[in-house]
Amino acid sequence: MPVRRKKFDWGQVRTYVSAVVILVWCLAPAYWMIVTAFRDTGFTFDPSIWPTHVTWDNFATVFDENLGNHFGRNLLNSLLVAGVTTIVALVVGVFAAYALARLNFRFKFAVMGFILGASMFPGVAIVTPLFQLFTNIGWMGTYQVLIIPNISFVLPLTVYTLTSFFREMPWELEESARIDGCTQGQAFRKVILPLAAPATFTTAILAFISAWNEFLIASQLSSDSTRTVTVAIAYFAGAQPHQEPYTAVMAAGTIVTVPLVILVLVFQRKIVAGLTAGAVK
Amino acid sequence: MPGRESADRKQVTQGRWASMLLLPTLILLAIVIIYPVVNAIIMSFQKDAALNPTTGLFEEGGSAGFSNYSDWLFQQCSGQSCPPGTLGSQFWSSMGTTFFFAVVTVALETVIGFWMAIIMARVFRGRSAVRAAVLVPWAIPTAVTAKLWFFIFAFEGIANKLFGTQILWTGSEWPAKWAIIISDVWKTTPFMALLILAGLQLIPDEVYEAAKVDGASTWQRFTQITLPLVRPALMVAVLFRALDALRMFDLPYIMTQGANNTSTLSILVVDQIRQGFNSAAALSTITFLVIFIVAFIFVRFLGANAVGAATSSGRK
Repeated sequence: MPVRRKKFDWGQVRTYVSAVVILVWCLAPAYWMIVTAFRDTGFTFDPSIWPTHVTWDNFATVFDENLGNHFGRNLLNSLLVAGVTTIVALVVGVFAAYALARLNFRFKFAVMGFILGASMFPGVAIVTPLFQLFTNIGWMGTYQVLIIPNISFVLPLTVYTLTSFFREMPWELEESARIDGCTQGQAFRKVILPLAAPATFTTAILAFISAWNEFLIASQLSSDSTRTVTVAIAYFAGAQPHQEPYTAVMAAGTIVTVPLVILVLVFQRKIVAGLTAGAVK
Repeated sequence: MPGRESADRKQVTQGRWASMLLLPTLILLAIVIIYPVVNAIIMSFQKDAALNPTTGLFEEGGSAGFSNYSDWLFQQCSGQSCPPGTLGSQFWSSMGTTFFFAVVTVALETVIGFWMAIIMARVFRGRSAVRAAVLVPWAIPTAVTAKLWFFIFAFEGIANKLFGTQILWTGSEWPAKWAIIISDVWKTTPFMALLILAGLQLIPDEVYEAAKVDGASTWQRFTQITLPLVRPALMVAVLFRALDALRMFDLPYIMTQGANNTSTLSILVVDQIRQGFNSAAALSTITFLVIFIVAFIFVRFLGANAVGAATSSGRK
C-alpha cells in the first residue's frame, strides 16, 4: 500500500473549532462580569468587549458602609460559616468514609443508601421546621443556624467523595504496618492518614465550595450581622436608589468568584477526580 | 474450624469498629435531616393561626388533619377556592414550572454535556485548557451566576445588543423561563460533561478499533458502543441533575423572584413560610415526596444504580 501523506485533517479542525466554541461559551459570561466590574457606572451597558472607562469605584461601592453595604463583614461571615462547616464535615466524614471503604459489616448498603439519599435531599424540606425551631429557642441571628443546616448538605458529599478515594488507596501498607507491630490505631495514624491527605484536601475544596455557595438556608435564616456573601450579592444596594447597581454587583461577584476560580484552576486535576469519583467508578 | 472462627471474630470486631466510626456521621445527619423532616411532617398536620371563616374568630393551633395538604392540592383558601395571585392558587402552576425546568434543563445539559465530553476525550493540543475552562461556570456561586445572567439579559444588556432584539427578558413569562434555563444550562453543563467524560474514559480503545475494523460507521460506533457502555455513568449523572433541578431555587428566586410564572415548588415553600409555618411544612413535604418518587422511578425503572455505583468497587 503506498504511503499517502495526509493533506489536511478535517477531523482535527472540527475538534479545534468545537474546543473554541466550548471555551467561549464557558468563559465569555465570566469575562463579561469582570469587564463590567471595572466600568464606570455611566457606561454600564457599553457593548465594547474590551475594558472601557476603567475605574475602581465599583469595588469601593461594594464596601461602602454609607450605602448600607457590609461586604467585608459578609465575606468574613461566609469564611466562618463555610470554614466551620468544612472542618466539621471533614473530621466526621473521614471516619465514616474509612469504615465504608475499608470494613465489612452488616447494613453497609443501607448506610450508604441513607447517606446518598441525604445528599439528594431538597433543602426546602428542612427550612420550615428549622425556621420555627430556631425562632423558638432564640437562635436567630447566630452563626450556628447557618452552620448546622449547611452540614447536612456538605457532610454526605464529603463521605461520598472520601469513600471512593479511600477505595483506591494501597491498604496493604496498613496490614504490613500491623505485622511490624503497630496497633490498628497507630497504623491508621502513621500510615493511612498521610496517604489519605491529598484525597482529604481535594474533598475539603469541594466541601468548601459547596458550603460557600449555599443560598437557600442563608437567605432565610441569616440576619443583618450574619449575612453571607451570596445573600448580600442578591440584595445589593447601589449608589443610586431604585436602580439595579449592575456594575457594583459585578464587582462583588468578581471578588467572590476570582479566588474560587484560581483555587479551582490550580487544583484542576484533583477537583475533576473528586467530582467524578463517586458517580462513575 | 479455627479459620472460620477467627474470620467470624474479625467480622464482629470490624462491625464494632464500623459502628463507632459511623456513629458521629449518623448522629449528625439524624439531627440535621431526620429531626427536621419528622418535625415538618408533624407540623403539616397542625392548623396555622388564622381567622375561622365560619365563626369569624381568630384561632390558633389544633389538628388540621389532611386539610393543609388538600388545601394545596385543590387550591383552597379558608374553605373557598383561592383567588388568582395568592400563593394557594399557584401550586399546580409551580409544579408545572418545576417539572418544565427539570425536563428541559436536564435534556439540554445531557445533550450539550455529551458533546463537550466527546470533544474533551479527543487528543489535541490545549485539551487541558478546555478541561480547566469548563470548571469556571461550575465554581461560580449560583447567586453570582443569577446576577450575572440577570445583567446579560437586562433590557439594554449584551444579549439584546448581540442579537439585535428588544426583549424584556425577565419581564414576561416565556423569555423569563428561557433566561433561567439558559443560565442553569451554562452553570451545570460542565458538571454533566465531566461525569460523562469520566464514563467515556472507562471504555477501552480496543473496542473502538475492533469496531472500525469491522467497518462500523461513526454513528454506529456511537449508538452501538459509546451509548450502551457509558449508560451507567450517564444514568447516575442524569439522576443527580434531575433531583438537583427539581429543587431549583437560587436562579429563579434571584432572577425573577418567581414572577411571571417562574416560581418553582421550592420558591413557593419559602414564600409561604412567613404566612404560615404549618401549611409551608405541608408544601415542603409534598415537594420532598415528589423528589423521592422521581428518584424511585429512576432507580427502579431506568436502572440508575446510584448506591451500587457507590458501594461496588474493584476490591471487596
